[in-house]
Amino acid sequence: MAEKTTDPDAAALSQEEIDAEIAAIHGDYRAQRDAGGVVETNARLNFPPYRSSLLRHPTKSLHHADPEDIELHSPAFGHRDVSPLEADLTLQHNGEPIGERIIVTGRVLDGDGRPVTGQLVEMWQANAAGRYMHKRDQHPAPLDPNFTGVGRALTGPNGEYSFTTIKPAPYPWKNHHNAWRSAHIHFSLFGTDFTQRIVTQMYFPGDPIFDLDPIYQSITDQAARDRLVATYDHSVSQHEWNTGYRWDIVLSGSNRTWAEEDEEH
Amino acid sequence: MKLTPTPGQTVGPFFGYALPFAGGEDLVDRTHPDAVRLHGTVYDGDGVPVPDAIVELWQPDQRGVIPQEPGSLHRDGYTFTGWGRAAVDATGHYSFTTMEPGSTGDGVAPYFLLTVFARGLMDRLFTRAYLPEAAAAVDQDRLLSSVSEERRGTLLATRDADGGLRFDIHLQGELETVFLTYPNTPQFTGPQG
Repeated sequence: MAEKTTDPDAAALSQEEIDAEIAAIHGDYRAQRDAGGVVETNARLNFPPYRSSLLRHPTKSLHHADPEDIELHSPAFGHRDVSPLEADLTLQHNGEPIGERIIVTGRVLDGDGRPVTGQLVEMWQANAAGRYMHKRDQHPAPLDPNFTGVGRALTGPNGEYSFTTIKPAPYPWKNHHNAWRSAHIHFSLFGTDFTQRIVTQMYFPGDPIFDLDPIYQSITDQAARDRLVATYDHSVSQHEWNTGYRWDIVLSGSNRTWAEEDEEH
Repeated sequence: MKLTPTPGQTVGPFFGYALPFAGGEDLVDRTHPDAVRLHGTVYDGDGVPVPDAIVELWQPDQRGVIPQEPGSLHRDGYTFTGWGRAAVDATGHYSFTTMEPGSTGDGVAPYFLLTVFARGLMDRLFTRAYLPEAAAAVDQDRLLSSVSEERRGTLLATRDADGGLRFDIHLQGELETVFLTYPNTPQFTGPQG
């Protein structure tokens, strides 16, 4: 095997070599799980097929901390921070963006199944040609002057959120030769506890690139990977207007007790 | 009902037009009489600065009161919301203008909470930056006293000549920062090395 390089512009290995690395890691995982081992629910911090993770993952165990007062709370965001218009990415310019108009909607819940209400959801994405409005994205696909690709919303009383946007396209990256990312939307979420903070990515069902994408495959368990894939929902599609996707997001459980929450309200 | 949390994913390289916002790194105005700079560099396992990381800050005020004031995304110049967000620059350096936190209770030395995101980092990392003075009273803090002596220093900010606070973050390597995990937080699995 070629020397492992973490240079983001290296594009050294072939897709076949990366595929073999992924298959070996997933095979080892399934064997230990089937032998009664741990079921993984997260991305691995160290996932060598994603070359940039090699020098950027901690090698020592994370240190267990009992959450203190401040970690049981979260920064607060309100309607002063977020305009309702920010949830519609197709309205941010004078003209209509190019591409398939979609609505992405769902609920944000905590690990105990409680809706996470009034919390900030941020999202960002590439345009319908697979290009970000970012000066360092030099992929030669067109920029859309009517699409920035950034949205914000506050979750509603049942934890619901909804974004109107354009379906992003896959795009090339230089992790290896002919490397392409599955189409995705980045999501950033806050819970009621500081400890619930998460950044993740939502994917689209049936993407042909899933098997080839080391970032998506960094989650070794298929059931866990499936949690990042939205569902096409025809009831969210609208006549002559948009197609619809549903994606629920689960944060970790709150470390705060109900009694403490009662005191605050 | 117990639900399995959604897995995290890397913030990727192209958050620059989405997450940072005007004044995000200024929790107070730099002319505030108690303003202090909290800054540092994010390093990878080779000791090379990470140019595409972003750091979030969350802290109590000087009296140890935890702010619950909304308004963080549009700074009004007055409200201390306790929260900030700063992308590193091309040399991996982040900088916040803030106030020093107070203790939130007995057995708690004052600290800043930091959340670290970066391209190549698959999930966010949590850590705490303690004020340098905590070094003299380690036994009185629950967390610091639970960290081995050889790694404890990675949780302590150092004092600049101008009174500012420096806190470097090492994602990996000999000086790897102590990163925290909490009850209910999904545990990382798989080989770490």
